[in-house]
Amino acid sequence: MSLELLLVLASALFCIGIYGALSQQSIVMVMMGLELMLNGVLVAGAAFWAYVSPSRPDGQVLVLVVITAMTVEMAMGFAVVTAIFRARDADLTDQAADLSG
Amino acid sequence: MVVDALFWLLALTAVASGFAVFRVSSMARATFALAVSFVAVGAVMLLLDLDYLGLITVLMMVMEMSIMAVFMIMYMMNPGGLMPMSMYHNKAGAMTVAVGSFVVLAAGALLVPWPEREGVAPADITLQLGEGIMGSKMLVMLTISPVLFATIVGSLVLAAPRGRYDRFGDDLDQPASDPVPGGLGR
Amino acid sequence: MVEQAPAWAAPLALGLLLALCVAAATFDAALAAGRGLAGALRVPWQEAARLVVQQRRTTVANDPLLWRTGGVSLLVVAALMVAVVPWGDWTLLDSAVGVVWFNAMDVLLWAAVWITGWGANSAWPLVGAHRFLAQALSYELLLMFALISPALGAGSLRLADVQAEQAGLWFVVTMPVAFVVFCVCVLAFSLWGPFAAPIGADLGGGVLAESSGVDRLLVLLGRYALLVAGAAFAVPLFLGGGEGPLLPAVLWSVVKTVLVLGLLVACRRRFALLRPERFAELAWVVGIPLVLLQILVVSLLVLGRS
Repeated sequence: MSLELLLVLASALFCIGIYGALSQQSIVMVMMGLELMLNGVLVAGAAFWAYVSPSRPDGQVLVLVVITAMTVEMAMGFAVVTAIFRARDADLTDQAADLSG
Repeated sequence: MVVDALFWLLALTAVASGFAVFRVSSMARATFALAVSFVAVGAVMLLLDLDYLGLITVLMMVMEMSIMAVFMIMYMMNPGGLMPMSMYHNKAGAMTVAVGSFVVLAAGALLVPWPEREGVAPADITLQLGEGIMGSKMLVMLTISPVLFATIVGSLVLAAPRGRYDRFGDDLDQPASDPVPGGLGR
Repeated sequence: MVEQAPAWAAPLALGLLLALCVAAATFDAALAAGRGLAGALRVPWQEAARLVVQQRRTTVANDPLLWRTGGVSLLVVAALMVAVVPWGDWTLLDSAVGVVWFNAMDVLLWAAVWITGWGANSAWPLVGAHRFLAQALSYELLLMFALISPALGAGSLRLADVQAEQAGLWFVVTMPVAFVVFCVCVLAFSLWGPFAAPIGADLGGGVLAESSGVDRLLVLLGRYALLVAGAAFAVPLFLGGGEGPLLPAVLWSVVKTVLVLGLLVACRRRFALLRPERFAELAWVVGIPLVLLQILVVSLLVLGRS
């Protein structure tokens, strides 16, 4: 286990997340892609704390912020999905492209 | 040695189950594949001695994924994956972007001369975090709290089908009428 | 001072967990009407033997991976909870954040019960699984606050420190509300007594409607194991751990665990079923303010002491 290996793990998770977020049609699946990207950020934050400056709390606080970001993302995401689904039965990103262009 | 073996096992589990999220056709399996990925990452954090954050990750994410499963069943047309169907758009483009960014990020991770480790971890790592967010990093907590509160309010506003006028009547003077009765006899 | 137990203690602790499960099942059978104690002794073994030899029923297009994983997880989660419990002066895993460990393990139950219900590909188990999530949303915050109280009182998340802090005055005296709430939450995550709605008879067995044979046995055993784990956890948190006269500390831990376990098991035939939607309002409108007040009292006590 080293900083480089942990960062490669983080990049792998992040990029699988990108793949999911870009390729999935269902809004819920897109959110899973976003969660996976943040999962990579968690690993990177923890790795930098452990291998660069364990004497300062910065890395740990960053991980805490990312976990919060994930909960906020998921709560708001589901609220928006619920609102769209109620309004017009849409659960696919392509049906909710009003703001595109 | 044991730590290294464990790390490889957990890292491969995290990546493999992360990828499985987008390959399996059953939504329940996809959701819990993501949960497994998070649990593996939490365990990697335990290997880095971040006991508290590792467990919090497991706690938060398994909870999130369980709730997510309910939403999956609600909104997906084929949650059980019993009729295989494709739910992708622009698969090739997405794969190109993903592989491209992985190459760039991994090259960066391996080639950048990262700084040497500064200082050593304190004896009580959780205490370091606690003193951090209640001391030098308090601004972070002060920001997180209103954001979380705004999230609660915002998501309820967006998702709740009925407001207080539906419950208490137009002049807010009727006894509450709820579709599901609560435990306090209202 | 709590020390790390040697490796051979692990199977011993697992054996203790299973033995207490059998004891709990026997006690429950004895409380049921129409049986003598001698009859009750036989019941758990008869039931276990019946389920072991029973042919497993299957459903169309079920998800065996999730179904089986969910069934086993209850027992695994209980064992992992017990791993951090200090038994007198010994503990298998001296975690610096034992209280958080317990909480994280109990959250795993959300997933475990849900996939058990999902895996059967049948309506009633899925309804039961959703019921459990509704119940879990209601009890989880209560449980978190109830767990925080002793940690706050001791100023540490390590169970050994929490236990040591209670020399002289047990936390159950200064935090009775937290203790009661903790016991209620243990009942709730064990699907026991008033909180058995997810496996309720009104759903034809709910999560367990399609479970049979060894799968069913594992879930039923897992429920008892969760009760045991909760009872074992209450001892270092609220009841002074291994403190007591004459007997060695380890034995006191076990004795107290057995007493709490008996109390929890007896709740099944004392209280009516509490439906999840009723529990939700009770938990959030009545329960949470109460535990928050409890935490305020504990904080004031901690401030007053320092």
